[in-house]
Amino acid sequence: MRNRVAQHVQQLQPSGIRRFFDLAANMEGVISLGVGEPDFVTSWGVREACIASLHNGHTSYTANAGLLELRKEISRYLVEQFEVEYRPETDVIVTVGASQALDLSIRAIVDPGDEVIVIEPCFVSYAPLIELVGGTAVKVGADAQRGFSIDFDVLESAITERTKAILLCFPNNPTGTMLSKEELIQVSRLVEKHDLLVLSDEIYAELSFDEKFTSFATLPGMKERTILISGFSKGFAMTGWRLGFVAGPTDIIEAMLKIHQYAMMCASTMAQYGAIEALKNGRQDIEAMKKSYRRRRNYFVASLNEIGLDCHNPGGAFYAFPSVKETGLSSQEFAERLLLEEKVAVVPGNVFGESGEGYVRCSYASSLEQLQEAIKRMERFVKQFR
Amino acid sequence: MQLTEKELDLLQIIEENGRMNIDVLSKMVELTEVETENMLQRLEEKRIIVEYGAVIDWRKVDNFEGVTAMIDVKVTPKREVGFDEIAKNIYRFPEVKSVYLMSGAYDLSVVIEGKSLSQVANFVSEKLSTLDSVISTTTHFILKKYKHDGTIFDQGEDDRRIVVSP
Ligand SMILES: Cc1ncc(COP(=O)(O)O)c(C=O)c1O
Repeated sequence: MRNRVAQHVQQLQPSGIRRFFDLAANMEGVISLGVGEPDFVTSWGVREACIASLHNGHTSYTANAGLLELRKEISRYLVEQFEVEYRPETDVIVTVGASQALDLSIRAIVDPGDEVIVIEPCFVSYAPLIELVGGTAVKVGADAQRGFSIDFDVLESAITERTKAILLCFPNNPTGTMLSKEELIQVSRLVEKHDLLVLSDEIYAELSFDEKFTSFATLPGMKERTILISGFSKGFAMTGWRLGFVAGPTDIIEAMLKIHQYAMMCASTMAQYGAIEALKNGRQDIEAMKKSYRRRRNYFVASLNEIGLDCHNPGGAFYAFPSVKETGLSSQEFAERLLLEEKVAVVPGNVFGESGEGYVRCSYASSLEQLQEAIKRMERFVKQFR
Repeated sequence: MQLTEKELDLLQIIEENGRMNIDVLSKMVELTEVETENMLQRLEEKRIIVEYGAVIDWRKVDNFEGVTAMIDVKVTPKREVGFDEIAKNIYRFPEVKSVYLMSGAYDLSVVIEGKSLSQVANFVSEKLSTLDSVISTTTHFILKKYKHDGTIFDQGEDDRRIVVSP
């Protein structure tokens, strides 16, 4: 039989998270610190608005770019919250999650042979999405010594003739690392100097705990070079709604819309009605959730350090990324044995890129009781290596 | 009184869970244990922390099913002391769990907890309605508690998220 699966798909590596999920899913009594999503249910007001939209019979397609009302709310939100202004009519698309926004951005700008720089450890889908369009993901390791911030010398030396863009994510999945405004300005200098674009994945922007979030597009000269990717999954606790958005320079958004209209038509209509409500009246809920994450971060990270798993203080998102090097185990061994021996699921850091080796990702989006129990078990586990 | 951000943080946390260990609490607000103890003590002394309570679902405990009634009370306020004196006379009874001054159709809202319907009925007819200044009472019995002081009763705690995800 002919080769049925396309070559570029055959070459794709399955996500390391998937493998680990299969292992953990079949076990009883597991405390999972492996989840990359909020432990809150979407606010009732938002759910209610979605139900109301169904009552009202809003069951047809929306405009390709999404309901204009929603795009207007997104624009207003971006101005109020992040001080960056986009025209709802031409510069914003409502997407199926930040995931689709990422896919669209990459498809819109990357030609076969182009390079996109990703800073690892990073979200698992970045490199595969780039490779799927025939591009090359050039992997730059973050500076583990400085809490996984960017190493600018390494970053600049990775830039070549073929580099089209840098993909940034802050606060970061899996490290929780926030980039300061100064660091972002340094990136912007490189971007200017080498005439690049920036794909800025700001899906965790609402979960920035210690400092005010700076959107990359607000830096001098950067709005014309930035594709801002965000969505409702994390901050608004709406992962299952599959709703995100992208904002950027009109020409790129136009290109993305061409792809979007053929590939997706539009995002789910009822989800869009929910999102309008989230933006209009959801601020208070976000604040409460953020406070709760921040407290749990404080507890969890301090406790990790106490039990001997060195961990930098993550400035945002809901992940801690402690080093497991002290145990002498690899990330995979650590995660696998911790799961089998103590029934705590964490994600091995190397699935987020080579530079994540020696670390594991722990999500603290779990109840405080679960976190306390997890710490107890992890302490028992690591003690045997002393 | 103007509180610091950490004090507010602390209050919000223990309002949700008054039994949290001091080491967990202190980590959550990024203070040492001693600092946290001292802060709690100050808040207690100032009576900002009034009490550490528990919310208990008595229906689940055999032989402990009580009844709760909310009683709308109309009163004639007295010169000088207004509603305060009559409120005091009411809240002194141990059966009375709370007393609120209300705007609208009646004056005081009184919450009574008793062992049985008849015990509450007796309290209302013999003690409450016979007080001077009480003009009338309307008693509403609570049939089921769904949510009380911010706590939802009988809420499934299942985590339906997949164990490992991006
Ligand atoms: C960094 C990052 N970007 C994008 C996404 C995808 O989010 P969405 O649910 O909006 O597709 C995730 C989800 O885990 C993420 O961690």
